Amino acid sequence: MDDHFPHLISGLFDHPVAAEAILEEIPTALILLDARRRIRYMNRAASALTGYGPQEAKNIACHNIVRTQAYLKDSPVSKIAPDSGPVCVQSDLINRERLRIDVRITMIGLFDPPGRCLGYVDAIEDLRGSAQPKAQMQPAFGFAGMIGKSPDMENIFRTLPLIAGNDSPVLITGETGTGKDRAARAIHENSGRARGPFVKINCGALPETLLESELFGHCKGAFPGAAENRQGRFRLAHNGTLYLAEIGDMPLALQARLLNLLDNNTVYPMGGTRGFQVDVRVIAGDHRNLEQMAEQSAFRKDMLFRLNMVRLHLPPLRQRGDDIGLLTDHFLHQFSTAFGKDIREPAPEALDLLNTYSYPGNVRELRNIIKYAVNVCRQHQIEPRDLPAYLSSNIEPAAGRMEHDTRTRQEPPPGTVSGSFQPTAEGAATWAETEKQMIIEALVRTGGRRNKAAALLGWGRSTLWRKIKQYQIQ
Amino acid sequence: MSRKILIPLYGHEVAPRFDLASEAAIVSADDDGTWEKKIVVLAQVSAEKLCHMILTKDVDTVICGGIEDQYYQYLNWKRIRVYDSVIGSWKQGVEQLLKNKLYPGAIIGQQGEN
Repeated sequence: MDDHFPHLISGLFDHPVAAEAILEEIPTALILLDARRRIRYMNRAASALTGYGPQEAKNIACHNIVRTQAYLKDSPVSKIAPDSGPVCVQSDLINRERLRIDVRITMIGLFDPPGRCLGYVDAIEDLRGSAQPKAQMQPAFGFAGMIGKSPDMENIFRTLPLIAGNDSPVLITGETGTGKDRAARAIHENSGRARGPFVKINCGALPETLLESELFGHCKGAFPGAAENRQGRFRLAHNGTLYLAEIGDMPLALQARLLNLLDNNTVYPMGGTRGFQVDVRVIAGDHRNLEQMAEQSAFRKDMLFRLNMVRLHLPPLRQRGDDIGLLTDHFLHQFSTAFGKDIREPAPEALDLLNTYSYPGNVRELRNIIKYAVNVCRQHQIEPRDLPAYLSSNIEPAAGRMEHDTRTRQEPPPGTVSGSFQPTAEGAATWAETEKQMIIEALVRTGGRRNKAAALLGWGRSTLWRKIKQYQIQ
Repeated sequence: MSRKILIPLYGHEVAPRFDLASEAAIVSADDDGTWEKKIVVLAQVSAEKLCHMILTKDVDTVICGGIEDQYYQYLNWKRIRVYDSVIGSWKQGVEQLLKNKLYPGAIIGQQGEN
Protein backbone atom coordinates (compact mmCIF):
# COMPACT_ATOMS: atom_id res chain seq x y z
CA MET A 1 0.00 0.00 0.00
CA ASP A 2 1.17 3.47 -0.76
CA ASP A 3 2.51 5.20 2.35
CA HIS A 4 1.32 8.60 1.15
CA PHE A 5 -2.23 7.48 0.54
CA PRO A 6 -2.99 4.90 3.20
CA HIS A 7 -5.95 2.64 2.45
CA LEU A 8 -8.71 2.95 4.98
CA ILE A 9 -11.18 0.51 6.46
CA SER A 10 -14.40 2.38 7.14
CA GLY A 11 -17.71 1.37 8.63
CA LEU A 12 -16.26 -0.86 11.36
CA PHE A 13 -15.21 1.76 13.91
CA ASP A 14 -16.22 5.33 14.73
CA HIS A 15 -13.56 6.64 12.36
CA PRO A 16 -11.85 5.02 9.36
CA VAL A 17 -8.71 3.07 10.29
CA ALA A 18 -5.63 2.52 8.12
CA ALA A 19 -5.79 -1.04 6.79
CA GLU A 20 -2.05 -1.37 7.18
CA ALA A 21 -2.30 -0.77 10.92
CA ILE A 22 -4.51 -3.85 11.20
CA LEU A 23 -2.82 -6.13 8.67
CA GLU A 24 0.84 -5.36 9.23
CA GLU A 25 1.22 -6.91 12.69
CA ILE A 26 -0.83 -10.05 12.09
CA PRO A 27 1.62 -12.95 12.58
CA THR A 28 0.21 -14.93 9.62
CA ALA A 29 1.51 -14.02 6.18
CA LEU A 30 -1.21 -12.09 4.34
CA ILE A 31 -1.11 -11.13 0.69
CA LEU A 32 -3.78 -9.10 -1.11
CA LEU A 33 -4.04 -9.78 -4.85
CA ASP A 34 -5.95 -7.98 -7.58
CA ALA A 35 -8.29 -9.81 -9.94
CA ARG A 36 -5.31 -10.60 -12.24
CA ARG A 37 -3.50 -12.23 -9.32
CA ARG A 38 -0.89 -9.51 -9.01
CA ILE A 39 0.26 -8.56 -5.57
CA ARG A 40 -1.21 -5.32 -4.22
CA TYR A 41 -0.04 -5.65 -0.62
CA MET A 42 1.81 -8.06 1.61
CA ASN A 43 2.29 -7.76 5.36
CA ARG A 44 5.50 -8.12 7.32
CA ALA A 45 5.03 -11.84 7.97
CA ALA A 46 4.61 -12.44 4.23
CA SER A 47 7.80 -10.49 3.54
CA ALA A 48 9.67 -12.58 6.09
CA LEU A 49 8.34 -15.81 4.61
CA THR A 50 8.97 -15.06 0.93
CA GLY A 51 12.06 -12.87 1.28
CA TYR A 52 10.51 -10.11 -0.86
CA GLY A 53 9.70 -6.64 0.46
CA PRO A 54 6.22 -5.22 -0.18
CA GLN A 55 7.47 -2.62 -2.66
CA GLU A 56 9.54 -5.18 -4.61
CA ALA A 57 6.59 -7.56 -4.84
CA LYS A 58 3.99 -4.96 -5.75
CA ASN A 59 2.27 -5.62 -9.11
CA ILE A 60 4.20 -8.86 -9.63
CA ALA A 61 2.27 -12.03 -10.42
CA CYS A 62 1.75 -13.96 -7.22
CA HIS A 63 3.30 -17.22 -8.45
CA ASN A 64 6.64 -15.46 -8.87
CA ILE A 65 6.73 -14.34 -5.25
CA VAL A 66 4.88 -17.16 -3.48
CA ARG A 67 6.65 -19.90 -5.39
CA THR A 68 4.49 -22.87 -4.50
CA GLN A 69 3.71 -26.03 -6.34
CA ALA A 70 0.00 -25.48 -5.85
CA TYR A 71 -0.01 -22.17 -7.72
CA LEU A 72 1.82 -23.53 -10.69
CA LYS A 73 0.11 -26.82 -11.28
CA ASP A 74 -3.44 -26.23 -10.16
CA SER A 75 -4.01 -22.73 -8.95
CA PRO A 76 -6.45 -22.65 -6.03
CA VAL A 77 -7.63 -19.30 -7.36
CA SER A 78 -9.33 -21.03 -10.26
CA LYS A 79 -11.58 -22.91 -7.83
CA ILE A 80 -12.91 -19.81 -6.15
CA ALA A 81 -16.41 -18.66 -7.03
CA PRO A 82 -18.70 -16.16 -5.28
CA ASP A 83 -20.66 -19.05 -3.71
CA SER A 84 -17.71 -21.12 -2.64
CA GLY A 85 -15.92 -20.64 0.62
CA PRO A 86 -12.20 -20.15 1.02
CA VAL A 87 -9.91 -22.65 -0.69
CA CYS A 88 -7.13 -24.27 1.33
CA VAL A 89 -4.17 -26.18 0.00
CA GLN A 90 -1.10 -27.58 1.67
CA SER A 91 2.04 -27.19 -0.36
CA ASP A 92 5.59 -25.91 -0.16
CA LEU A 93 7.33 -22.79 -1.37
CA ILE A 94 10.92 -21.92 -2.11
CA ASN A 95 11.76 -18.50 -0.78
CA ARG A 96 14.43 -16.06 -1.79
CA GLU A 97 16.90 -17.61 0.69
CA ARG A 98 16.52 -20.89 -1.29
CA LEU A 99 14.71 -22.58 1.58
CA ARG A 100 11.89 -25.00 0.91
CA ILE A 101 9.12 -24.34 3.43
CA ASP A 102 5.94 -26.37 3.97
CA VAL A 103 2.96 -24.04 3.98
CA ARG A 104 -0.78 -24.08 4.10
CA ILE A 105 -2.43 -21.49 1.88
CA THR A 106 -5.97 -20.24 2.44
CA MET A 107 -7.31 -18.13 -0.37
CA ILE A 108 -10.46 -16.06 -0.11
CA GLY A 109 -12.11 -14.45 -3.13
CA LEU A 110 -13.42 -10.88 -2.85
CA PHE A 111 -16.50 -10.27 -4.95
CA ASP A 112 -18.77 -7.27 -5.40
CA PRO A 113 -22.57 -7.72 -5.01
CA PRO A 114 -23.14 -8.68 -8.70
CA GLY A 115 -20.46 -11.40 -8.27
CA ARG A 116 -17.56 -9.74 -10.11
CA CYS A 117 -14.16 -10.69 -8.76
CA LEU A 118 -12.34 -7.76 -7.18
CA GLY A 119 -9.33 -9.63 -5.88
CA TYR A 120 -8.12 -12.22 -3.40
CA VAL A 121 -6.81 -12.45 0.13
CA ASP A 122 -4.14 -15.06 0.55
CA ALA A 123 -3.17 -16.26 4.05
CA ILE A 124 -0.06 -18.44 4.23
CA GLU A 125 0.74 -20.46 7.34
CA ASP A 126 4.29 -21.61 7.87
CA LEU A 127 4.07 -25.28 8.92
CA ARG A 128 7.70 -25.68 9.95
CA GLY A 129 7.00 -25.18 13.64
CA SER A 130 4.03 -27.52 13.85
CA ALA A 131 5.33 -30.57 12.01
CA GLN A 132 8.31 -31.50 14.15
CA PRO A 133 6.86 -31.70 17.67
CA LYS A 134 4.01 -33.81 16.31
CA ALA A 135 6.47 -36.45 15.13
CA GLN A 136 8.23 -36.39 18.47
CA MET A 137 4.96 -36.89 20.36
CA GLN A 138 4.25 -40.29 18.79
CA PRO A 139 4.30 -43.00 21.46
CA ALA A 140 6.65 -45.95 21.05
CA PHE A 141 3.85 -48.38 20.21
CA GLY A 142 1.19 -46.44 18.44
CA PHE A 143 0.06 -43.81 16.05
CA ALA A 144 -1.84 -40.60 16.73
CA GLY A 145 -3.24 -41.75 20.08
CA MET A 146 -3.90 -45.35 19.02
CA ILE A 147 -1.84 -47.88 20.92
CA GLY A 148 -0.81 -51.42 20.05
CA LYS A 149 2.02 -53.65 19.02
CA SER A 150 0.17 -56.66 17.65
CA PRO A 151 0.90 -57.46 13.98
CA ASP A 152 -2.58 -56.31 12.95
CA MET A 153 -2.18 -52.96 14.66
CA GLU A 154 1.35 -52.47 13.39
CA ASN A 155 0.00 -53.03 9.91
CA ILE A 156 -2.68 -50.41 10.57
CA PHE A 157 -0.11 -47.93 11.89
CA ARG A 158 1.87 -48.44 8.70
CA THR A 159 -1.22 -47.99 6.54
CA LEU A 160 -2.72 -44.95 8.29
CA PRO A 161 -0.16 -42.39 7.05
CA LEU A 162 -0.64 -43.69 3.50
CA ILE A 163 -4.41 -43.34 3.82
CA ALA A 164 -3.97 -39.88 5.32
CA GLY A 165 -1.74 -38.90 2.43
CA ASN A 166 -4.40 -39.29 -0.25
CA ASP A 167 -7.78 -37.63 -0.41
CA SER A 168 -10.09 -40.57 -1.13
CA PRO A 169 -13.16 -41.43 0.92
CA VAL A 170 -12.39 -43.96 3.65
CA LEU A 171 -14.57 -46.65 5.16
CA ILE A 172 -13.58 -47.72 8.67
CA THR A 173 -15.09 -50.92 9.98
CA GLY A 174 -14.69 -52.77 13.23
CA GLU A 175 -16.68 -53.73 16.31
CA THR A 176 -17.84 -51.10 18.73
CA GLY A 177 -15.07 -49.74 20.93
CA THR A 178 -12.24 -50.67 18.56
CA GLY A 179 -11.31 -47.05 17.90
CA LYS A 180 -13.06 -46.09 14.65
CA ASP A 181 -13.52 -42.47 15.76
CA ARG A 182 -9.91 -42.24 16.82
CA ALA A 183 -8.72 -43.71 13.52
CA ALA A 184 -10.85 -41.18 11.61
CA ARG A 185 -9.32 -38.35 13.61
CA ALA A 186 -5.82 -39.79 13.11
CA ILE A 187 -6.37 -39.81 9.35
CA HIS A 188 -7.56 -36.21 9.47
CA GLU A 189 -4.72 -35.02 11.69
CA ASN A 190 -2.08 -36.56 9.48
CA SER A 191 -3.57 -35.38 6.23
CA GLY A 192 -3.15 -32.16 4.34
CA ARG A 193 -6.45 -31.06 5.85
CA ALA A 194 -5.15 -31.19 9.42
CA ARG A 195 -5.51 -27.45 9.94
CA GLY A 196 -9.05 -27.58 8.60
CA PRO A 197 -12.10 -28.63 10.61
CA PHE A 198 -12.86 -32.22 11.66
CA VAL A 199 -16.61 -32.55 11.87
CA LYS A 200 -18.32 -35.68 13.16
CA ILE A 201 -21.94 -36.65 12.83
CA ASN A 202 -23.60 -39.82 14.08
CA CYS A 203 -26.07 -40.89 11.42
CA GLY A 204 -27.88 -43.14 13.86
CA ALA A 205 -28.54 -40.48 16.45
CA LEU A 206 -30.97 -38.33 14.49
CA PRO A 207 -34.28 -38.90 12.70
CA GLU A 208 -34.22 -38.64 8.91
CA THR A 209 -35.40 -35.05 8.45
CA LEU A 210 -33.14 -33.74 11.19
CA LEU A 211 -30.19 -35.66 9.80
CA GLU A 212 -30.81 -34.21 6.35
CA SER A 213 -30.88 -30.70 7.78
CA GLU A 214 -27.78 -31.39 9.88
CA LEU A 215 -25.84 -32.71 6.91
CA PHE A 216 -26.87 -30.42 4.10
CA GLY A 217 -28.24 -27.39 5.96
CA HIS A 218 -31.53 -25.65 5.28
CA CYS A 219 -32.86 -22.33 4.09
CA LYS A 220 -35.09 -20.14 6.18
CA GLY A 221 -38.69 -21.36 5.88
CA ALA A 222 -37.75 -24.73 4.36
CA PHE A 223 -39.91 -26.49 6.95
CA PRO A 224 -41.88 -25.46 10.03
CA GLY A 225 -39.40 -24.28 12.62
CA ALA A 226 -36.66 -23.37 10.13
CA ALA A 227 -36.48 -19.79 11.35
CA GLU A 228 -33.00 -19.10 9.99
CA ASN A 229 -30.59 -20.33 7.36
CA ARG A 230 -28.39 -23.14 8.60
CA GLN A 231 -25.15 -24.18 6.96
CA GLY A 232 -25.07 -27.93 7.67
CA ARG A 233 -22.13 -30.14 8.56
CA PHE A 234 -20.85 -30.44 5.02
CA ARG A 235 -20.30 -26.72 4.74
CA LEU A 236 -18.86 -26.59 8.25
CA ALA A 237 -16.35 -29.23 7.19
CA HIS A 238 -15.27 -27.25 4.09
CA ASN A 239 -11.53 -27.73 3.55
CA GLY A 240 -11.54 -30.39 6.25
CA THR A 241 -12.91 -33.83 6.97
CA LEU A 242 -16.45 -35.03 7.68
CA TYR A 243 -16.74 -38.25 9.68
CA LEU A 244 -20.05 -40.05 9.24
CA ALA A 245 -20.33 -42.46 12.16
CA GLU A 246 -22.81 -45.34 11.88
CA ILE A 247 -23.27 -44.72 8.16
CA GLY A 248 -25.40 -47.87 7.98
CA ASP A 249 -28.13 -46.04 9.87
CA MET A 250 -28.44 -43.42 7.15
CA PRO A 251 -31.81 -43.69 5.38
CA LEU A 252 -31.64 -44.80 1.72
CA ALA A 253 -33.08 -41.53 0.42
CA LEU A 254 -30.38 -39.57 2.19
CA GLN A 255 -27.74 -41.95 0.87
CA ALA A 256 -28.80 -41.00 -2.66
CA ARG A 257 -28.35 -37.30 -1.83
CA LEU A 258 -24.99 -37.98 -0.24
CA LEU A 259 -23.89 -39.93 -3.28
CA ASN A 260 -24.85 -37.04 -5.51
CA LEU A 261 -22.87 -34.68 -3.30
CA LEU A 262 -19.80 -36.89 -3.35
CA ASP A 263 -19.94 -36.94 -7.14
CA ASN A 264 -20.19 -33.21 -7.78
CA ASN A 265 -18.99 -31.68 -4.48
CA THR A 266 -22.00 -29.37 -4.35
CA VAL A 267 -24.29 -29.01 -1.35
CA TYR A 268 -27.91 -28.05 -1.92
CA PRO A 269 -29.46 -27.03 1.40
CA MET A 270 -33.04 -28.12 2.12
CA GLY A 271 -35.49 -25.68 0.57
CA GLY A 272 -32.81 -24.00 -1.51
CA THR A 273 -32.02 -24.15 -5.21
CA ARG A 274 -28.56 -22.60 -5.09
CA GLY A 275 -25.72 -25.05 -4.54
CA PHE A 276 -22.50 -24.42 -2.65
CA GLN A 277 -19.20 -25.90 -3.71
CA VAL A 278 -17.46 -27.75 -0.89
CA ASP A 279 -14.13 -29.47 -0.61
CA VAL A 280 -14.63 -32.15 2.03
CA ARG A 281 -13.01 -35.51 2.60
CA VAL A 282 -15.55 -38.05 3.77
CA ILE A 283 -14.71 -40.79 6.23
CA ALA A 284 -17.47 -43.23 7.12
CA GLY A 285 -17.54 -45.72 9.94
CA ASP A 286 -19.81 -48.57 10.96
CA HIS A 287 -19.62 -51.64 13.18
CA ARG A 288 -21.93 -53.73 11.00
CA ASN A 289 -21.32 -55.75 7.87
CA LEU A 290 -22.23 -53.23 5.18
CA GLU A 291 -21.85 -55.79 2.37
CA GLN A 292 -24.47 -57.93 4.04
CA MET A 293 -26.70 -54.92 4.53
CA ALA A 294 -26.26 -54.03 0.85
CA GLU A 295 -27.29 -57.57 -0.11
CA GLN A 296 -30.41 -57.16 2.02
CA SER A 297 -31.09 -53.77 0.35
CA ALA A 298 -30.67 -52.01 3.68
CA PHE A 299 -27.68 -50.07 2.35
CA ARG A 300 -27.07 -48.74 -1.16
CA LYS A 301 -24.57 -50.80 -3.10
CA ASP A 302 -23.31 -47.80 -5.08
CA MET A 303 -22.70 -45.96 -1.81
CA LEU A 304 -20.72 -48.93 -0.55
CA PHE A 305 -18.61 -48.99 -3.72
CA ARG A 306 -18.06 -45.23 -3.43
CA LEU A 307 -16.93 -45.41 0.20
CA ASN A 308 -15.07 -48.67 -0.11
CA MET A 309 -12.27 -47.05 -2.12
CA VAL A 310 -10.03 -47.19 0.92
CA ARG A 311 -11.01 -49.53 3.72
CA LEU A 312 -9.60 -49.84 7.17
CA HIS A 313 -10.70 -52.70 9.42
CA LEU A 314 -9.89 -52.43 13.11
CA PRO A 315 -9.48 -55.82 14.81
CA PRO A 316 -11.35 -56.63 18.03
CA LEU A 317 -9.29 -56.47 21.20
CA ARG A 318 -9.59 -60.23 21.83
CA GLN A 319 -7.56 -60.81 18.64
CA ARG A 320 -4.83 -58.35 19.55
CA GLY A 321 -2.82 -60.56 21.91
CA ASP A 322 -0.29 -58.59 23.96
CA ASP A 323 -2.07 -55.32 23.31
CA ILE A 324 -4.29 -55.98 26.34
CA GLY A 325 -1.27 -55.66 28.64
CA LEU A 326 0.00 -52.62 26.79
CA LEU A 327 -3.36 -50.89 26.92
CA THR A 328 -3.81 -51.85 30.57
CA ASP A 329 -0.52 -50.16 31.44
CA HIS A 330 -1.47 -47.13 29.39
CA PHE A 331 -4.89 -46.67 30.98
CA LEU A 332 -3.51 -47.44 34.44
CA HIS A 333 -0.96 -44.69 34.09
CA GLN A 334 -3.54 -42.33 32.62
CA PHE A 335 -6.15 -42.77 35.35
CA SER A 336 -3.65 -43.03 38.23
CA THR A 337 -2.31 -39.63 37.20
CA ALA A 338 -5.79 -38.20 36.69
CA PHE A 339 -7.12 -39.43 40.06
CA GLY A 340 -3.91 -38.63 41.96
CA LYS A 341 -3.27 -42.25 42.96
CA ASP A 342 -0.04 -44.18 43.08
CA ILE A 343 -1.01 -47.41 41.36
CA ARG A 344 1.91 -48.92 39.51
CA GLU A 345 0.72 -52.17 37.99
CA PRO A 346 -1.91 -54.88 38.16
CA ALA A 347 -1.14 -57.94 40.31
CA PRO A 348 -0.36 -61.08 38.23
CA GLU A 349 -3.75 -62.63 39.14
CA ALA A 350 -5.56 -59.48 38.05
CA LEU A 351 -3.56 -59.41 34.83
CA ASP A 352 -4.53 -63.04 34.18
CA LEU A 353 -8.18 -62.13 34.57
CA LEU A 354 -7.78 -59.19 32.21
CA ASN A 355 -5.97 -61.31 29.66
CA THR A 356 -8.58 -64.08 29.62
CA TYR A 357 -11.66 -61.88 29.29
CA SER A 358 -13.23 -61.61 25.81
CA TYR A 359 -13.89 -57.83 25.73
CA PRO A 360 -17.06 -57.59 23.67
CA GLY A 361 -16.84 -53.83 24.21
CA ASN A 362 -13.20 -53.85 23.07
CA VAL A 363 -10.79 -51.04 24.01
CA ARG A 364 -13.59 -48.86 25.36
CA GLU A 365 -14.60 -51.65 27.75
CA LEU A 366 -11.02 -52.26 28.88
CA ARG A 367 -10.65 -48.53 29.48
CA ASN A 368 -13.77 -48.49 31.64
CA ILE A 369 -12.65 -51.58 33.56
CA ILE A 370 -9.32 -49.95 34.39
CA LYS A 371 -11.01 -46.68 35.28
CA TYR A 372 -13.28 -48.53 37.67
CA ALA A 373 -10.37 -50.50 39.13
CA VAL A 374 -8.29 -47.36 39.71
CA ASN A 375 -11.28 -45.77 41.40
CA VAL A 376 -11.84 -48.60 43.87
CA CYS A 377 -8.22 -49.68 44.39
CA ARG A 378 -6.76 -48.78 47.81
CA GLN A 379 -3.31 -50.36 47.37
CA HIS A 380 -0.46 -49.76 44.97
CA GLN A 381 -1.46 -52.76 42.88
CA ILE A 382 -4.72 -53.64 41.18
CA GLU A 383 -5.98 -56.86 42.77
CA PRO A 384 -8.67 -59.15 41.32
CA ARG A 385 -11.12 -57.79 43.92
CA ASP A 386 -10.68 -54.32 42.39
CA LEU A 387 -11.89 -55.52 39.02
CA PRO A 388 -15.59 -55.78 38.12
CA ALA A 389 -16.96 -59.07 39.40
CA TYR A 390 -18.11 -60.32 35.99
CA LEU A 391 -14.48 -60.80 34.98
CA SER A 392 -13.91 -63.47 37.64
CA SER A 393 -17.40 -65.00 37.56
CA ASN A 394 -17.02 -65.41 33.80
CA ILE A 395 -20.42 -63.90 33.13
CA GLU A 396 -20.41 -61.54 30.19
CA PRO A 397 -22.04 -58.20 30.86
CA ALA A 398 -25.08 -57.28 28.86
CA ALA A 399 -22.91 -55.07 26.67
CA GLY A 400 -21.02 -58.17 25.67
CA ARG A 401 -24.01 -59.79 24.14
CA MET A 402 -25.19 -56.81 22.24
CA GLU A 403 -22.28 -56.39 19.89
CA HIS A 404 -22.49 -58.92 17.16
CA ASP A 405 -23.65 -57.47 13.93
CA THR A 406 -27.34 -57.17 13.66
CA ARG A 407 -29.51 -54.73 11.84
CA THR A 408 -32.56 -55.24 13.96
CA ARG A 409 -31.62 -54.24 17.43
CA GLN A 410 -33.30 -56.25 20.09
CA GLU A 411 -30.62 -55.23 22.56
CA PRO A 412 -29.60 -51.81 23.78
CA PRO A 413 -27.62 -49.55 21.48
CA PRO A 414 -23.83 -49.75 21.78
CA GLY A 415 -22.17 -47.74 24.46
CA THR A 416 -25.17 -47.56 26.74
CA VAL A 417 -23.43 -49.54 29.43
CA SER A 418 -19.86 -49.51 30.53
CA GLY A 419 -17.92 -52.61 31.31
CA SER A 420 -17.40 -51.47 34.86
CA PHE A 421 -20.44 -53.06 36.37
CA GLN A 422 -21.80 -56.54 36.71
CA PRO A 423 -25.45 -57.17 36.09
CA THR A 424 -25.99 -59.88 38.69
CA ALA A 425 -29.63 -60.47 37.96
CA GLU A 426 -29.25 -63.85 36.41
CA GLY A 427 -32.07 -64.94 34.22
CA ALA A 428 -33.40 -61.43 33.87
CA ALA A 429 -35.95 -61.66 31.10
CA THR A 430 -35.34 -58.38 29.36
CA TRP A 431 -32.69 -55.76 29.03
CA ALA A 432 -34.91 -53.29 30.85
CA GLU A 433 -35.04 -55.55 33.90
CA THR A 434 -31.29 -56.08 33.81
CA GLU A 435 -30.66 -52.37 33.53
CA LYS A 436 -33.07 -51.61 36.35
CA GLN A 437 -31.33 -54.18 38.53
CA MET A 438 -27.95 -52.66 37.69
CA ILE A 439 -29.16 -49.20 38.71
CA ILE A 440 -30.56 -50.48 41.99
CA GLU A 441 -27.34 -52.31 42.81
CA ALA A 442 -25.26 -49.26 41.94
CA LEU A 443 -27.40 -47.09 44.19
CA VAL A 444 -27.16 -49.61 47.01
CA ARG A 445 -23.42 -49.87 46.61
CA THR A 446 -22.95 -46.10 46.65
CA GLY A 447 -25.32 -45.52 49.55
CA GLY A 448 -27.87 -43.79 47.33
CA ARG A 449 -25.43 -41.19 46.03
CA ARG A 450 -26.48 -40.64 42.43
CA ASN A 451 -23.28 -38.96 41.29
CA LYS A 452 -21.21 -41.94 42.36
CA ALA A 453 -23.74 -44.43 41.04
CA ALA A 454 -23.68 -42.73 37.65
CA ALA A 455 -19.87 -42.85 37.62
CA LEU A 456 -19.96 -46.52 38.59
CA LEU A 457 -22.31 -47.28 35.72
CA GLY A 458 -20.25 -45.20 33.34
CA TRP A 459 -23.17 -42.87 32.62
CA GLY A 460 -23.73 -39.17 32.92
CA ARG A 461 -25.73 -37.96 35.91
CA SER A 462 -28.63 -36.92 33.70
CA THR A 463 -28.74 -40.35 32.01
CA LEU A 464 -29.03 -42.02 35.40
CA TRP A 465 -31.71 -39.56 36.47
CA ARG A 466 -33.69 -40.20 33.28
CA LYS A 467 -33.45 -43.96 33.68
CA ILE A 468 -34.43 -43.80 37.35
CA LYS A 469 -37.56 -41.95 36.27
CA GLN A 470 -38.12 -44.37 33.39
CA TYR A 471 -37.94 -47.45 35.64
CA GLN A 472 -39.74 -45.67 38.47
CA ILE A 473 -37.03 -46.52 40.97
CA GLN A 474 -37.75 -45.00 44.37
CA MET B 1 33.93 -17.55 -26.51
CA SER B 2 30.46 -19.08 -27.00
CA ARG B 3 28.14 -19.71 -24.04
CA LYS B 4 25.52 -22.30 -23.34
CA ILE B 5 22.63 -21.14 -21.16
CA LEU B 6 19.76 -23.16 -19.75
CA ILE B 7 16.51 -21.54 -18.61
CA PRO B 8 13.68 -23.60 -17.05
CA LEU B 9 10.44 -22.28 -18.57
CA TYR B 10 6.90 -21.53 -17.47
CA GLY B 11 5.23 -20.33 -20.68
CA HIS B 12 7.18 -17.27 -21.82
CA GLU B 13 8.59 -16.67 -18.37
CA VAL B 14 11.51 -17.98 -16.42
CA ALA B 15 9.92 -20.80 -14.38
CA PRO B 16 9.23 -19.67 -10.82
CA ARG B 17 10.47 -23.05 -9.55
CA PHE B 18 13.58 -24.82 -10.89
CA ASP B 19 12.32 -28.20 -9.64
CA LEU B 20 8.86 -27.92 -11.22
CA ALA B 21 9.69 -26.81 -14.75
CA SER B 22 8.35 -29.13 -17.43
CA GLU B 23 10.33 -27.55 -20.23
CA ALA B 24 13.59 -25.67 -20.63
CA ALA B 25 15.28 -23.50 -23.21
CA ILE B 26 18.89 -24.24 -24.09
CA VAL B 27 20.49 -21.19 -25.66
CA SER B 28 23.80 -21.21 -27.54
CA ALA B 29 25.18 -17.67 -27.73
CA ASP B 30 28.15 -16.40 -29.71
CA ASP B 31 30.55 -13.64 -28.80
CA ASP B 32 28.95 -11.26 -31.29
CA GLY B 33 25.69 -11.34 -29.29
CA THR B 34 23.74 -13.63 -31.62
CA TRP B 35 22.04 -16.64 -30.10
CA GLU B 36 19.85 -19.57 -31.01
CA LYS B 37 17.49 -21.54 -28.85
CA LYS B 38 16.29 -25.09 -28.50
CA ILE B 39 13.23 -25.88 -26.37
CA VAL B 40 13.44 -29.20 -24.56
CA VAL B 41 10.36 -30.82 -23.06
CA LEU B 42 11.36 -32.70 -19.94
CA ALA B 43 10.15 -36.25 -19.54
CA GLN B 44 10.01 -35.87 -15.79
CA VAL B 45 9.68 -32.84 -13.55
CA SER B 46 12.62 -33.08 -11.19
CA ALA B 47 15.50 -30.94 -9.97
CA GLU B 48 17.87 -33.93 -10.19
CA LYS B 49 16.99 -34.61 -13.83
CA LEU B 50 17.45 -30.95 -14.67
CA CYS B 51 20.87 -30.88 -12.99
CA HIS B 52 21.82 -33.99 -14.92
CA MET B 53 20.76 -32.37 -18.17
CA ILE B 54 22.73 -29.22 -17.34
CA LEU B 55 25.87 -31.28 -16.86
CA THR B 56 25.43 -33.56 -19.86
CA LYS B 57 24.62 -30.67 -22.23
CA ASP B 58 27.71 -28.74 -21.10
CA VAL B 59 25.67 -25.77 -19.95
CA ASP B 60 27.77 -23.06 -18.28
CA THR B 61 25.04 -20.65 -17.13
CA VAL B 62 21.57 -21.20 -15.65
CA ILE B 63 18.87 -18.55 -15.38
CA CYS B 64 16.11 -19.68 -13.05
CA GLY B 65 13.54 -18.62 -10.47
CA GLY B 66 13.41 -20.27 -7.05
CA ILE B 67 15.94 -23.04 -6.56
CA GLU B 68 16.65 -25.03 -3.42
CA ASP B 69 20.01 -24.32 -1.83
CA GLN B 70 21.35 -27.85 -2.26
CA TYR B 71 20.93 -27.70 -6.06
CA TYR B 72 22.29 -24.16 -6.19
CA GLN B 73 25.40 -25.21 -4.27
CA TYR B 74 25.79 -28.34 -6.38
CA LEU B 75 25.70 -26.39 -9.65
CA ASN B 76 28.14 -23.82 -8.27
CA TRP B 77 30.44 -26.65 -7.23
CA LYS B 78 30.27 -27.91 -10.81
CA ARG B 79 31.42 -24.40 -11.89
CA ILE B 80 28.06 -23.48 -13.40
CA ARG B 81 27.02 -19.86 -12.93
CA VAL B 82 23.46 -19.67 -11.55
CA TYR B 83 21.34 -16.52 -11.76
CA ASP B 84 18.45 -17.43 -9.47
CA SER B 85 15.26 -15.66 -8.37
CA VAL B 86 14.99 -14.09 -11.80
CA ILE B 87 11.43 -12.99 -12.59
CA GLY B 88 10.11 -12.18 -16.04
CA SER B 89 10.47 -12.97 -19.76
CA TRP B 90 13.15 -15.58 -20.40
CA LYS B 91 14.14 -14.03 -23.73
CA GLN B 92 14.74 -10.66 -22.11
CA GLY B 93 16.68 -12.49 -19.43
CA VAL B 94 19.03 -13.92 -22.07
CA GLU B 95 19.40 -10.48 -23.69
CA GLN B 96 20.30 -8.92 -20.37
CA LEU B 97 22.76 -11.69 -19.61
CA LEU B 98 24.53 -11.21 -22.91
CA LYS B 99 24.76 -7.47 -22.17
CA ASN B 100 26.17 -8.32 -18.71
CA LYS B 101 23.19 -6.62 -17.10
CA LEU B 102 21.57 -9.64 -15.49
CA TYR B 103 21.92 -10.26 -11.76
CA PRO B 104 20.36 -12.75 -9.31
CA GLY B 105 16.93 -11.56 -8.21
CA ALA B 106 16.41 -9.42 -11.32
CA ILE B 107 12.84 -8.50 -12.21
CA ILE B 108 12.68 -8.10 -15.97
CA GLY B 109 10.09 -6.14 -17.93
CA GLN B 110 6.51 -7.33 -18.17
CA GLN B 111 6.06 -10.52 -16.26
CA GLY B 112 3.29 -12.75 -15.12
CA GLU B 113 1.63 -13.12 -18.54
CA ASN B 114 1.24 -16.68 -19.71
